[in-house]
Amino acid sequence: MATQPGAAAGVSDEAPISLYAQRPPRLRGTAGTVASTVSTIVLVGAIVVLFLLPSSAGFRHEFFSPHYLWESFRLHPSDYLYSVSKAFLYTVLLSVICEPIVLVLALAVATLRMTTGPVLKPFRGLCIAYTDFARGVPLILIMLWVGFGIPELNAGWISSQSVFVYGGMVLVFTYTAYVSEVVRAGIYSVPRSQASAARSLGLSSRDTLARVVVPQAVRNVLPALLNDFVSLQKDTAIVSVLGAVELTHAAQADASYWFNSAPYAIAAGFYLLLTVPLTRYTDRLLAKDRDRRLAGSA
Amino acid sequence: MSAPPAQKHLGEVVLDASGVEKSFGVLQVLRGIDLSLRKHEVVCLIGSSGSGKSTLLRCCNLLERIDGGTITLFDHDLSDPRIVEDRVRRHIGMVFQSFNLFPHLTVLNNVTLAPRRVLGQSRADAEASALELLARIGLSDKASEYPDRLSGGQQQRVAIVRCLAMEPRMLLLDEITSALDPELVTEVLQLVSELADQGMTMLLATHEMGFAREVADTVCFLEEGRILESGPPDRIFAAPTQPETRRFLQRIIEAGRL
Repeated sequence: MATQPGAAAGVSDEAPISLYAQRPPRLRGTAGTVASTVSTIVLVGAIVVLFLLPSSAGFRHEFFSPHYLWESFRLHPSDYLYSVSKAFLYTVLLSVICEPIVLVLALAVATLRMTTGPVLKPFRGLCIAYTDFARGVPLILIMLWVGFGIPELNAGWISSQSVFVYGGMVLVFTYTAYVSEVVRAGIYSVPRSQASAARSLGLSSRDTLARVVVPQAVRNVLPALLNDFVSLQKDTAIVSVLGAVELTHAAQADASYWFNSAPYAIAAGFYLLLTVPLTRYTDRLLAKDRDRRLAGSA
Repeated sequence: MSAPPAQKHLGEVVLDASGVEKSFGVLQVLRGIDLSLRKHEVVCLIGSSGSGKSTLLRCCNLLERIDGGTITLFDHDLSDPRIVEDRVRRHIGMVFQSFNLFPHLTVLNNVTLAPRRVLGQSRADAEASALELLARIGLSDKASEYPDRLSGGQQQRVAIVRCLAMEPRMLLLDEITSALDPELVTEVLQLVSELADQGMTMLLATHEMGFAREVADTVCFLEEGRILESGPPDRIFAAPTQPETRRFLQRIIEAGRL
């Protein structure tokens, strides 16, 4: 075959090219709205029908019995064990007290680990050992260890604190390690040139950290940070091994009293009430930050 | 050798470097730099990338510590251990190639942060003088914007103003137009020229030879950590004596940059 002009290796102008989709085109506009409505009705309908089937009666009773849902939800259950709503307050209080403490201590640990002075060298080592330990040992083990160990010390007021205090301490101990690593990653994510610029303006190293580096660092790792806080809120459940009547424990007690699992649904609902807004808030913050910073460019 | 035309009156020596050496690990970046800068003087450092221009600037405000030689600033030896870095830096403004504005702060807060934290100015005072400076560069209306919404040229001018807010005795400018789109270079260089006309003492590293020629009182050509040649711009650009300088300028001309 005669060589065509321009038919060098890797150059082809002979094979026909199709620019049409191989599959039917995606539905747009009104057709798209109709399609999504129909598929939603089908899916939700299927779930509702399955749930309402006569043969699902046992399932409905075991997991969503209106009677037990209400009994475990109300603040003063008639003659039975615990109100899950009251236990929710315990969980909220524990989370809300622990989180700011964790954040402050984590910042301290992260900055301590990033110092360079010779005097602080052993402290840096201590920080590394601490984060390794706290992240490497199961939370429940530390909880049992501290929660039962310290009272057995019989060391005056230290040994006579409430389960709330010991539980909170252990949560703070463990989560400070996680959060400090997140903060440290955040600090590393801020370009060194930012610190150079701040220092060259005469700002002290402390001001440089507090006003230039950390605000940017926290912004950069906000999703990871809030992830850890969501995680902490859920891990308050582990304080139940010390006998604290928090959400999970209250639900478990009610459920085993009634031989019915409906209280767990209430407890799950409460956990979601606590964690979903936090997740949504994170998303909003991030979107806002992105919009603000990209509004001019693009 | 004829004396350069006396364009302006130069004052006393503010910065004096002698025999400055600096290494990063095994790489010696500065190999004995002698340089002096007098009040109101503009000294331009030229030379290819890696010749040590930026490092020299960073040594002058102690962002880097020198390994040998001395740098004397306002008659203070910077290697004296009693020298407080932050006190040195508040008198020397530094502008970077990559602007380095603080992205989480508005333009106004970028400018007022150091005066408030370092000089202890009240917010009102700091903002008043910041707005005055921003007005001078025509960016008053951007005061409450965040840096990312500004063009590169605007950001770099804000970075210069951020230094000026500290009322520095001298400025170090480190290739401040290298990260800019070509059409934005002029507005930044114009501001620097204005500062030169007002008598600001400046030490700058630049690849803009035309600008160096126009604004510099002295041009120093650096290669491999040494100043190979220095003198008034007219002589350096028109009649360089060193073969390395000639080769460097030849490459610049071939690249269409002079």
